[in-house]
Amino acid sequence: MSLPFIVFFVCALLAVLGAVLLIVAREPIHSALALVLVMMSLAVLYLLLGAEFIAAVQIIVYAGAIMVLFVFVIMLLNAGVEERTDWSKIAKFVGAPLGLVLLVEIANRFGSSEIGRTVANGNGAANQAVSTRDLSAALFHQYLFPFEATSILILIAILGAVILARKDE
Amino acid sequence: MEFIAQHPVLVVSLVKIAVLLFIVMTALAYLTWFERKVVARIQSRWGPYYVGAHGLLQPLADGLKFLFKEDLTPPASDRLIYTLAPFLALSLALTAIALIPFGPPEIQLLGQSIFIVSNLDIGLLFLFAITSIGVYGVALAGWSSNSKYPLLGGLRSSAQMISYEVSLTLSVVGVLLLAGTLNFNEIIAGQHGYFRYVPFIPRWHVFPQIVGFLCYITAAIAETNRIPFDLPEAETELVAGFHTEYSSFKFAMFFMAEYANMITVSCLATILFFGGWLSPFPDSWTWQLYLPGALLLLVGAYTAYDTALNMHGIARIQMAVVTLLALGIGAMCLIPAVRPLIQGPFWFTTKVLVFLFFYVWTRGTLPRFRYDQLMSFGWKLLLPVSLANLLITSFLMILPLLSHA
Repeated sequence: MSLPFIVFFVCALLAVLGAVLLIVAREPIHSALALVLVMMSLAVLYLLLGAEFIAAVQIIVYAGAIMVLFVFVIMLLNAGVEERTDWSKIAKFVGAPLGLVLLVEIANRFGSSEIGRTVANGNGAANQAVSTRDLSAALFHQYLFPFEATSILILIAILGAVILARKDE
Repeated sequence: MEFIAQHPVLVVSLVKIAVLLFIVMTALAYLTWFERKVVARIQSRWGPYYVGAHGLLQPLADGLKFLFKEDLTPPASDRLIYTLAPFLALSLALTAIALIPFGPPEIQLLGQSIFIVSNLDIGLLFLFAITSIGVYGVALAGWSSNSKYPLLGGLRSSAQMISYEVSLTLSVVGVLLLAGTLNFNEIIAGQHGYFRYVPFIPRWHVFPQIVGFLCYITAAIAETNRIPFDLPEAETELVAGFHTEYSSFKFAMFFMAEYANMITVSCLATILFFGGWLSPFPDSWTWQLYLPGALLLLVGAYTAYDTALNMHGIARIQMAVVTLLALGIGAMCLIPAVRPLIQGPFWFTTKVLVFLFFYVWTRGTLPRFRYDQLMSFGWKLLLPVSLANLLITSFLMILPLLSHA
């Protein structure tokens, strides 16, 4: 058992655990924190794959900015404990089995694929890290148009939010 | 044993972490002493005075007091998060220090550089990642206490930290453009030497990036919740802000986290703008090798004079110990084998100390902002200025390329 292999399983387990907690927890803040746990574990998995920049950005943007805003809003609204209903009949008898089938199918497909076999053999960790320089070169040369288009889309979304939130004068 | 032989990185790193933790904890304790002494001087008071000579044992007494006080947990609090918050705050603040290079990477032990715990290619990004998570400690402490004032304090501080983090990050991008790397050691190495037309000014990034530096230092003070931006704990309005309900060692952990953050931010300013562990003097001036030792010997001489003239009873013994320490370490720094070793850490600590003094100085000088002033200052002045700085810097950098085309 190599060290990256152990780290992979610990973080993968933490990610799954966080995802389950996110749904099960009744206090909204606990759910938000569980989501932070998922994102941090994913960041470690990115690091294992040699994607340093993506890992850092994952933490800065998702865990550090977006989730902080979530927590902030939950605190501001002082949201109470969630109310729960019993499972509906459709969810119990159709939804749950179908979900299980989906999970098994994904696992099966992934296990029999090329990537899945590499990971299962413990060779998942990348040999070479992708440097920030390479990544930015790809982003700003090869994929310049999609990159700029995405940023303009996000800008439009921000402007829309500002206009919606503005008071009528 | 086989494991150790296979992974020298792990072993050396653990030793480095232990040593660094010890040094940082001591530094934190004496930073509180330093701050109280300097603020007292500014306000014409004596500051800590009774515990030990010059109040030097005050941090120890404070630490003991925190340890032995009753640890209260409000019954209405969220137990798990209430306990988690101070641990989060302190552990993140201490993790950030692991990324700081205190000396040149060439000085090595077992093939590992001894002055930095973790030399990452994305050092700066990782540091920002850690500081961006740091908000949780404060926000969760405020929320989990389940009490009015802490909640308000937590809300204020998260809003403040989110706002100022934007300017903090943007103000640094100018330096990144000049340096062309995210690795701390490379950023520092890039500042070696002197400007072409003014050969006496070192090539530090402050000079071309003075606007960026001013934005950085302002945003950094706000980010660490210090006066004049210490609204999360404005005691006149919010009792003690987010840590009102905390007592005993959990309170001490928030306290230590705040000081650790101050140290990190000062270290970052030193690295990015003031050449890190580089000396401001040219390499040909060999007398600077004797500087650390000579300075410590001078301090020792002064404390010896102080011991003999002003101290009586047990304080005299305590001051004598300080004198012996200063003289001993000073003499050690003069040993030829140690001299080049100590250069990097010496310059680094000197620069960081200047920043810490600046922090305390602002605390002694400026009044607190109002909350709306704080927000409009951050968003309407600091953010546009740091953005403009970024635009102008990148334009000036691309100008030579344009004229060639």
